[in-house]
Amino acid sequence: MSPIRYALALSLAVPFAAFGETPAYTITIKEHRFEPAELTVPAGKRIKLVIDNRDATPEEFESHEMRIEKVIPGRTKGTVSVGPLKPGTYPFFGEFHEATAQGKLRAK
Amino acid sequence: MLGSAVVVFRETLEAALIVAIVMGATRGVAHRGRWVAGGVALGIVGALLVALFAGAISQAVEGRGQELFNAAVLLVAVAMLAWHNVWMSSHARKHVEEMRHLGHDVQVGARPLSAMLAVTALAVLREGAETVLFLYGLVASGGSAGLALGGALGLAGGTAIGVLLYFGLLRIPLRHFFTVTGVIVLLLAAGLAASAAGFLVQAGLLPTLIDQVWNSSGLLSMDSMTGRMLHVLVGYNDRPTGIELLFYVATLATILALMRVFGARATRTARSAAAKQGAPA
Repeated sequence: MSPIRYALALSLAVPFAAFGETPAYTITIKEHRFEPAELTVPAGKRIKLVIDNRDATPEEFESHEMRIEKVIPGRTKGTVSVGPLKPGTYPFFGEFHEATAQGKLRAK
Repeated sequence: MLGSAVVVFRETLEAALIVAIVMGATRGVAHRGRWVAGGVALGIVGALLVALFAGAISQAVEGRGQELFNAAVLLVAVAMLAWHNVWMSSHARKHVEEMRHLGHDVQVGARPLSAMLAVTALAVLREGAETVLFLYGLVASGGSAGLALGGALGLAGGTAIGVLLYFGLLRIPLRHFFTVTGVIVLLLAAGLAASAAGFLVQAGLLPTLIDQVWNSSGLLSMDSMTGRMLHVLVGYNDRPTGIELLFYVATLATILALMRVFGARATRTARSAAAKQGAPA
């Protein structure tokens, strides 16, 4: 398939896939730490991460590897779409409390 | 203290670099300082408001509010930068002539200045809101005097780099000056458009097309100071997705095409005006 047709096919297919059943995984923030700090998710599939910030203070959930940057205000939940990820390890962190807020996603 | 300095520095840097480019691009325009300062002030007020309503924005549109808001802010800035460049493509030559001829700043209409006021305000708003939230969090969890000092240091550091960039730009000879700032504004706009695409992907509204077109993080990481600066200035990305690259190239091509069309029209008008003047009565 030519790159243009490939891109077209993908652009048509992916939005529908995004609205289908997307598995969601919750990561809780408590006292500026992630729980779980390590989490295994399926590779090659679009997933949703729900970040549940139980702290009173805001956090910025960030991952360079997964290309996420999202502020989660205190006592709120935020959702981000991720992937499809290649198998591997994807670190994430809380930019506002980098010393303690560190975690990893494993795509298998 | 160091932690707060680093975070505030990162956020300030991005806004400061954009303000420096705006100051460069409006060189020789009368009252631009007032307009840019107005943009910064508006941006700070906007940042406080955005931080105040962060919870509501974040929960809006099925939890996609923040991404949509960021993408919208970025795309409006892209439109304003594009408009500025198109306007300059038909006014730059006359502007430089007038600067030389008058020996002082040139009066231009309110429209080109308000476009750059908007770019400044939006840059400060976006980065400022995150800084406000971060500092609020630290204060809420029992901040210290060190925190305030750290924040001030970060702010001073980011601003200093913006000032350095501005004075660096001023060293470019006037003849080439607006060509250079035009290219910088063009690349800045393309980079911001790519960032907007990134937010729309994060919101699940756009496909990535290609998950990773290349990975140059080993060569120049976006975590590094140089990587971060180039990210703001020319839209450098160490792991771009297909859609980000597409937005980058499409923005670049669109603005260039518009500049060419309007620049050519201005040259034609100037030429025919000159021909009329030259013709014997």
